[in-house]
Amino acid sequence: MNKLIIAGKEFGSRLLLGTGKFSSHEVMRDAIKSSGSEIVTVALRRVDLAAPENDILSFIDRSKYLLLPNTSGSRNAKEAVMQARLSREAGLGNWVKLEVVPEPNYLLPDPVETLEAAKILVKEGFVVLPYINADPILAKKLEDAGTATVMPLGSPIGSNRGLKTRDSIRIIIEQSNVPVVVDAGLGAPSHAAESMELGADAVLVNTAIATAADPAQMAAAFRQGVEAGRRAFLAGCAPKKEKAEASSPLTGFIR
Amino acid sequence: MNEHLSIEEVSRLIFEEMDGRRLETLARAAHDLTVQRFGKTIKLYAPVYLSNSCINACKYCGFNRAAKISRVTLSADEAIKEADFLIAQGHRHILLVAGEDPNSVPLSYLENVARELRGRVAKLSIETQPFDEISYRRLFEAGVDGVTLYQETYDPETYGLMHPSGPKSNFASRLEAVENAGKAGMRFLGIGALLGLHDWRSEAVSLVRHARNLKKKFWQAAVAVSFPRIRDCASDFHMPSPISDRELVQMIVVLRLALPDADLVLSTREPAELRNRLIPIGITQMSAGSVTSPGGYTDKKQDEGPPATRASRHREARRAGEQFHIEDSRSPAKVAETISQTGYQPVWKDWI
Repeated sequence: MNKLIIAGKEFGSRLLLGTGKFSSHEVMRDAIKSSGSEIVTVALRRVDLAAPENDILSFIDRSKYLLLPNTSGSRNAKEAVMQARLSREAGLGNWVKLEVVPEPNYLLPDPVETLEAAKILVKEGFVVLPYINADPILAKKLEDAGTATVMPLGSPIGSNRGLKTRDSIRIIIEQSNVPVVVDAGLGAPSHAAESMELGADAVLVNTAIATAADPAQMAAAFRQGVEAGRRAFLAGCAPKKEKAEASSPLTGFIR
Repeated sequence: MNEHLSIEEVSRLIFEEMDGRRLETLARAAHDLTVQRFGKTIKLYAPVYLSNSCINACKYCGFNRAAKISRVTLSADEAIKEADFLIAQGHRHILLVAGEDPNSVPLSYLENVARELRGRVAKLSIETQPFDEISYRRLFEAGVDGVTLYQETYDPETYGLMHPSGPKSNFASRLEAVENAGKAGMRFLGIGALLGLHDWRSEAVSLVRHARNLKKKFWQAAVAVSFPRIRDCASDFHMPSPISDRELVQMIVVLRLALPDADLVLSTREPAELRNRLIPIGITQMSAGSVTSPGGYTDKKQDEGPPATRASRHREARRAGEQFHIEDSRSPAKVAETISQTGYQPVWKDWI
């Protein structure tokens, strides 16, 4: 299977992992390991930026995994930019998963503030991976602004409802020149497979793995779901048909 | 996304006489919903009591202006010292608490303390006298992220009886003050009912109504709900409407089902054993290692646990000038350890 390339960097795995909601850092570490993931996102609001190597980050081997700090909890562009800058100053690199989520319940992304923050961060040299609603126009605007990917949601964060935005994500995939990572709402490996079959470049999963009875097993299952979906996409899924096809075609007599 | 319970359905669940099996079924649903929305995590915080000086006469409160306790207001430096004590124990979310006395705890004082503290903690909340929108805005600018302001009881008649005089005696203006904090852009709004004052069932329904109303008005704020049960304090108060452990569980379960995304907060008023049991049911935030008298962390060694008898608890509370007596006197590290053993991750830091 060909490699995922984001901002010129190659990754063997197309499964990105979130680190929230785990019952312990040890459980998280084991899940990351069995997911085969190479990109791991961490909420900056949970990291002690004065001593970032303590606590959660001591469970993520940065020589093995690309650390993707995220700005979750930011209510506007200003707060997101502030978090990203603090992250870089703390030595956590210049990659950032941009999340501007002004509403604390459904955690849906703010398109206006996300675009504004993306423009600022790209100018400041960050590699920006923005979390967005499945809005094809916004995806193009972010790409134009220089983001490294777009990360449309399948359904609201933590909802486990799967690919509810399927039609819009299909358009985003069709039109995008940067990798499309389906982020949020994927509740089962079959949802991840469906996203990959559709042509997504990668998926990001957190809640479904972190809150499973056996997170490491679920991480392995998602790994397989992603690989199966990718393989199917590359093999060329047979198109779905609305009706059964008559075995004796009406126009079969034409030579 | 989650089945949204109508307020009628909430009310029906709250007023339902549940047998053990029914309660267990709903507790499992509340558990699943909490894990889905919050993960297996418990956020920790601790209060710093700035002052026990108060011009109100709340009948249940140890800071009641008639209470014969020594009145203390910390200097800004002393407040920082108290906070540093908690920070050294791992805390990154501090709740500043004070009685209502504009002379002892004016707005400018809270602003000073907030400015000093904000760089050292990740989240700073206040539980003080209410303010107007402009003052809350000044506090937000100074670094305060959240405002906790309990209505205590949503029954106006009981409210009148419990708050016979002082600025707090005005039911409507207290309700309004939470909205002032919302308008000022506070990130977190904490509401609560002091259980024991009035029928818990009607208080629970009111809490859900209030929380939902705030969420609609201040869509960018996270609403947290507390339901402290009255504990012994220096005012020798006997509660009119006690609530049992079993009823408390029913209330927590229904609050969770009604408010899937609200933080449900449990203080050290509840004993350790019960707190441990309530973690998987829907609680998402807990105080740990709390002392409820000004200067109590650095002044003296923490006491060794709750005194045995009711009378001795009264004496103890009065001597220390506490607002209420702590039932769970475990250290923050011990609380965190127990949370881990329960299969949850203790979260100290949850903002920047």
